[in-house]
Amino acid sequence: MFNWFSQILAVTRFSLRSLPQRKGSSAAAMFGITGVVAVMVGVLSIAQGVLRTMQNSAVDENAIVLRSGAETEMMSVLSGDDTRIIAEASGIARNDLGALASPEMFVVINLPMRTTGTDANVPLRGIERQAMDVRDRFQLTQGRMFEWGINEVIVGVGANNQYSGLEVGSSIPVGQEQWPVVGIFEAGGGLAESEIWVDSAVLKPAFRRGNFYQSVFVKLNSPDSFEDFKDSLTSDPRLNVKPMREAAYYDSQSTTLYNMITGLGTLIAVIMGLGAIFGALNTMYTAVSSRTREIATLRALGFSSGPVIISVITESLLLAFFGGLIGAGLAWLAFDGFRTATLSWSSFSAITFAFDVNMRLLAQGIFFAMVIGLVGGLFPAIRAARQPIAHALREQ
Amino acid sequence: MMQTTVDEALVKVSGVDKIFKRGSEVIHVLGGLDLEIPTGEFLALMGPSGSGKSTLLNLVGGLDRPSEGSVEVGGHRIDRLPGRKLAAWRARHVGLVFQFYNLMPVLTAQKNVELPLLLTSLSRAERKKRAALALDIVGLTHRAGHYPRQLSGGEQQRTGIARAIVTDPTLLLCDEPTGDLDRKAGDEVLELLQALNREQGKTIIMVTHDQHAAERASRTLYLNKGQLSTEPVD
Repeated sequence: MFNWFSQILAVTRFSLRSLPQRKGSSAAAMFGITGVVAVMVGVLSIAQGVLRTMQNSAVDENAIVLRSGAETEMMSVLSGDDTRIIAEASGIARNDLGALASPEMFVVINLPMRTTGTDANVPLRGIERQAMDVRDRFQLTQGRMFEWGINEVIVGVGANNQYSGLEVGSSIPVGQEQWPVVGIFEAGGGLAESEIWVDSAVLKPAFRRGNFYQSVFVKLNSPDSFEDFKDSLTSDPRLNVKPMREAAYYDSQSTTLYNMITGLGTLIAVIMGLGAIFGALNTMYTAVSSRTREIATLRALGFSSGPVIISVITESLLLAFFGGLIGAGLAWLAFDGFRTATLSWSSFSAITFAFDVNMRLLAQGIFFAMVIGLVGGLFPAIRAARQPIAHALREQ
Repeated sequence: MMQTTVDEALVKVSGVDKIFKRGSEVIHVLGGLDLEIPTGEFLALMGPSGSGKSTLLNLVGGLDRPSEGSVEVGGHRIDRLPGRKLAAWRARHVGLVFQFYNLMPVLTAQKNVELPLLLTSLSRAERKKRAALALDIVGLTHRAGHYPRQLSGGEQQRTGIARAIVTDPTLLLCDEPTGDLDRKAGDEVLELLQALNREQGKTIIMVTHDQHAAERASRTLYLNKGQLSTEPVD
């Protein structure tokens, strides 16, 4: 066994030492794999970014209440009476102002994207005073809070980055009026950063809404209070509502988009990967072909086929590994943290997010590169080991 | 060492046929060939191109298998050995010398000579010592650290011979060892082979086109159309 390993080591060592003689074709295969991994990691980092934004939106002790049957805030309608009954449910935390329950309106307005100038659906959320205490990661970073009862808005930092005309001091068109932007806020990297917030008391008349809301966000005493809270709402005959933990709600909101981007990214990666496999195959067949006599000499001297196969595969895997590493590194440099916006298929409004090139994705990219390298090296390796020695020794 | 006596045949080829198939074409290279080579002989195999000289050498060296018949070396039926065992047998008992030297370009002469020793359990120090001794035998101690591209053709072939003898094999198989060398370098190689045969008792089978080279051997056989004879082919 020792002998076999020492054979592998020896054959692999001078297989790798002869790499500079094949640097052109080796570099072509390696950079082919670099491209595949960079694109794959880049596309999948979009899905990771969306997922992270949704995950950042959720707080363990928070819940959202929609009308029963509604999947999104856009589809939900709750009357003012409903929201008052919901605020009285058991399990909700309280502060000086009362129950930490925030009835909220959700409408969409059109604003131009900074990059293209084309209009996008931007969420405009009408809130009440408890909203900031329910979302305890809310923080104003520029300007000031809007005055209650006045047509002023504050803008999430993501929305500010993506759309034109949302700087503090500018104003946005709402119906026939222009509402001044008075502040910019962060919300822990969550979905709220894609939104514009305004007092719901001024939003209702502007959109000719009666005393209706889309949702109620609540902060519970603890994450364990949710079942209590849920039971008290679902058992109340006056209500027809669906309470959900925030995490479950945001998870359901991101599933379609996440699956679509991941599916697309995987499809692109597989198609490009097939091309890269042919590149690797070509390179390794060339490598084996250029080393035919060398490999045959080793086998003639008594080296067995196994180490020859392993040495060819090792070379291919090493090329793939470095190709993958460079591709993953390029993707990380080019995409990680890059902010953009996409349409949420559930709310039909834009969400802003940052591409997220995380360690798991980098590892996935390098693993995919290694699969390409393995397949690309396997067949040439088998060919190298199967060539009749006597014939191969005469190759030039 | 293989179990043979001086009188016993080290190599016994019996009724060997070798057929190659090229598409639908069947080529009979060797037909019912018999050959015995005693231990310690220096045999030259001559014959026109395509007569089967190298094929016969490959069969004796376990690099190829006969279509029919048997090949015994040192009392072992090597034509029946499975691939891995045959490779191990070659490593222990056969030294190969090639026309184009077949040295590894990325290794120095010393490392090229050490190559077959990697298949043994010898320590690194012992491998180095034996490779140095083999290089000394072929007179290339001063070139040990040079790469093949830095060596002349004759020096490369002498390195190839050092690699062939470093494991102290009983049988040396040389396929046109002087075919790529000028007369002077060729003579040096032939003198070396003669010395190995005479002084170290190596059994040598040498395939050659060159009558001058064959004259160094203790016996010459001629191969034509798959048959051996002691007389040259017209």
